[in-house]
Amino acid sequence: MAKIKLSESKINKIKEICASFGNKPGEAINVLHKVQGEFGYLPAEVQEVIAKQINVSVAQIYGIVTFYSFFTMTPKGDHPISVCMGTACYVRGAEKVLDEFKRELKIGIGETTPDGKFSLNCLRCVGACGLAPVVLIGEKVYGRLTPDGVKDIIKEYN
Amino acid sequence: MHLLICGGTGCSASKSQEIADNLKITLKDKGLENEVQVILTGCFGFCEKGPIVKIMPDNTFYTEVKPEDAREIIEEHVIKGRKVTRLLYSDPENDQRVADSKHMGFYKKQMRIALRNCGFIDPQNIEEYIGEDGYAALAKCLGEMTPEQVINEIKLSGLRGRGGGGFPTGLKWEIASKNHADQKYVVCNADEGDPGAFMDRSILEGDPHSVLEAMTINGYAIGATKGLIYIRAEYPLAIQRLLTAIDQSREYGLLGEDILGSGFNFDIELRYGAGAFVCGEETALIHSMEGKRGEPTFKPPFPAQSGYNNKPTNVNNVETYANVPIIINKGAAWFSSIGTEKSKGTKVFALAGQINNVGLIEVPMGITLREVIYEIGGGIKGGKEFKAVQTGGPSGGCLTKKHLDTPIDYDNLIAAGSMMGSGGMVVMDETSCMVAIAKFYLEFTVEESCGKCSPCRIGNKRLYEILEKITKGNGTMEDLDNLRNLAGVIKDTALCGLGQTSPNPVLSTIDNFYDEYVEHIKDKKCRAGVCKSLMRYIIDPEQCVGCTACARNCPVNAIKGEKKLPHLINQELCIKCGACIERCKFGAISIQ
Repeated sequence: MAKIKLSESKINKIKEICASFGNKPGEAINVLHKVQGEFGYLPAEVQEVIAKQINVSVAQIYGIVTFYSFFTMTPKGDHPISVCMGTACYVRGAEKVLDEFKRELKIGIGETTPDGKFSLNCLRCVGACGLAPVVLIGEKVYGRLTPDGVKDIIKEYN
Repeated sequence: MHLLICGGTGCSASKSQEIADNLKITLKDKGLENEVQVILTGCFGFCEKGPIVKIMPDNTFYTEVKPEDAREIIEEHVIKGRKVTRLLYSDPENDQRVADSKHMGFYKKQMRIALRNCGFIDPQNIEEYIGEDGYAALAKCLGEMTPEQVINEIKLSGLRGRGGGGFPTGLKWEIASKNHADQKYVVCNADEGDPGAFMDRSILEGDPHSVLEAMTINGYAIGATKGLIYIRAEYPLAIQRLLTAIDQSREYGLLGEDILGSGFNFDIELRYGAGAFVCGEETALIHSMEGKRGEPTFKPPFPAQSGYNNKPTNVNNVETYANVPIIINKGAAWFSSIGTEKSKGTKVFALAGQINNVGLIEVPMGITLREVIYEIGGGIKGGKEFKAVQTGGPSGGCLTKKHLDTPIDYDNLIAAGSMMGSGGMVVMDETSCMVAIAKFYLEFTVEESCGKCSPCRIGNKRLYEILEKITKGNGTMEDLDNLRNLAGVIKDTALCGLGQTSPNPVLSTIDNFYDEYVEHIKDKKCRAGVCKSLMRYIIDPEQCVGCTACARNCPVNAIKGEKKLPHLINQELCIKCGACIERCKFGAISIQ
């Protein structure tokens, strides 16, 4: 990946977030949550700034970022699509719904469409098992989805 | 009069907030906004029929309500006193409309202890919790009981950990109380990660104060002044309700310094998970709270000796805590009168999968699977045949027809090759392939393994590969022995609970569905029609009219044929995506 030069204002924002957690190493996860909330993802350059601020090695921060599935190093689409692959959704046909999304958007899991509009991911149980199979687009929950319904949902965002 | 609307995640996704707004607007139109209260509650449990609206005090239970139904509910029910019959639950047995939830099959056999306030009070209002004896248990502990007496009461109640393991809660508290340190911690494990389980989330969303009260009691009992709730970042609604509840408790002097004038100090903070299943394991959870990778460490030392920041730490799960205040209020004898000999009280299950009544249920220990599936769950969806129920998530196993009359408790489930787990109960019918289900759980474990110990990191990967081979039609009978052997080694040698239990889905499906494995291996057949590699898509030349719709939609150009003549699928190219079947208007394509 090409090296991204962080702007001064972004660096300051990161510093500000680190400071709000007292620049404590023990707060690394909280800091990462907050920074990802701000920027949408955690590229290497951002991790370097965080590591320096809270006084741990970049390797440690990288270790945390790659350990937890919530953290991502690639930008998500404007409308991140998450297909629930929890057991309840799985036995009610989530895999077929996922396949249909892949086919319609022509992207795989963890990828973003070339126009940056949609990204596709799986997640484990949002706890809306009564509505299985469930898909999240942004914060919006779509329940009882069938492969036939996928096209219409994508249309809503086009 | 009160209008209670379910504000759980499931019903919220079906616009329950909009229903509440519409009800409020209509009430205002009619000038009734001061007479009738609209309250967004926690989960009622009956998610299948959500969104739910319950009218108090007459207990009318409306199901599958839409925002546009709000006006009718106000005009007919609230103003004229006539029930809106079309929104009442229809009993599938006799098509009779049922107005009161007490008479519904789904609720008849339930006993709500941990869920006592869910769907009943406004979780955002501490006074409603106090109105239901909330914080009375804390007052009793601080005012009338010594820490030893509190621990003793919990011990006598027979309460066991509801997160999966079933360790006696009172004993856990006692161990933590005996380890002396300048600082101790109470931790609530709300990292509910089992796919298909949403019990803890519903408790936190519907009755957050019960957990806060219990943690404070726990702190008093073991001598801790600090509580931490480790919660999944994927539960935004639960987080928000907890934060509100914590603020209110502080305001009422129920958290903070000198609680209720007793001189006891206790406060609670949240810590957020970031999507790692292994963090449900208590040592991993503690490391994650310390801001590190959530990797488990060897026990001993147990958290009760050296946990968060190397201080004695007591970790309990959400549902365990939700039971504590009511045990103190009603007494250990009352609690231990419910359930079986070694498993006391009730258990909350998230009933999901191919079942008519998906939802959250709470039943006394000792109830049979048959009662849960057929009476509460309303039987299998579409009248299909029951095949198996999976309990305990990726650590558990499958129970089959022969277990239908086994009383459900910790020990019976282990004897049957599964485990209680945190309470996911996924029902499967004949359309589920048990080899594919085992593979599904292994895929989960492989992805969620932290990679620290090799039995889990490598062993589970190998198990997965063998299962993959079988579902692709390349398995041999020797593979079954290899699966068993390897599973045994992983169980014996993995570092933490995740690895030690991860082979369970494989072992229990081999034990209970041996024939199905053999069919995959010898006959190259998947009876459920799930394993794609074992399927063949065939065009019936008699039915095919040569419209070319299938050929045009085949993503890999596997279908050839002249216009108006029967087409043929090239099996070598076919990726079994099913696009042709969906497009064929003449029913000419079938799966064999």
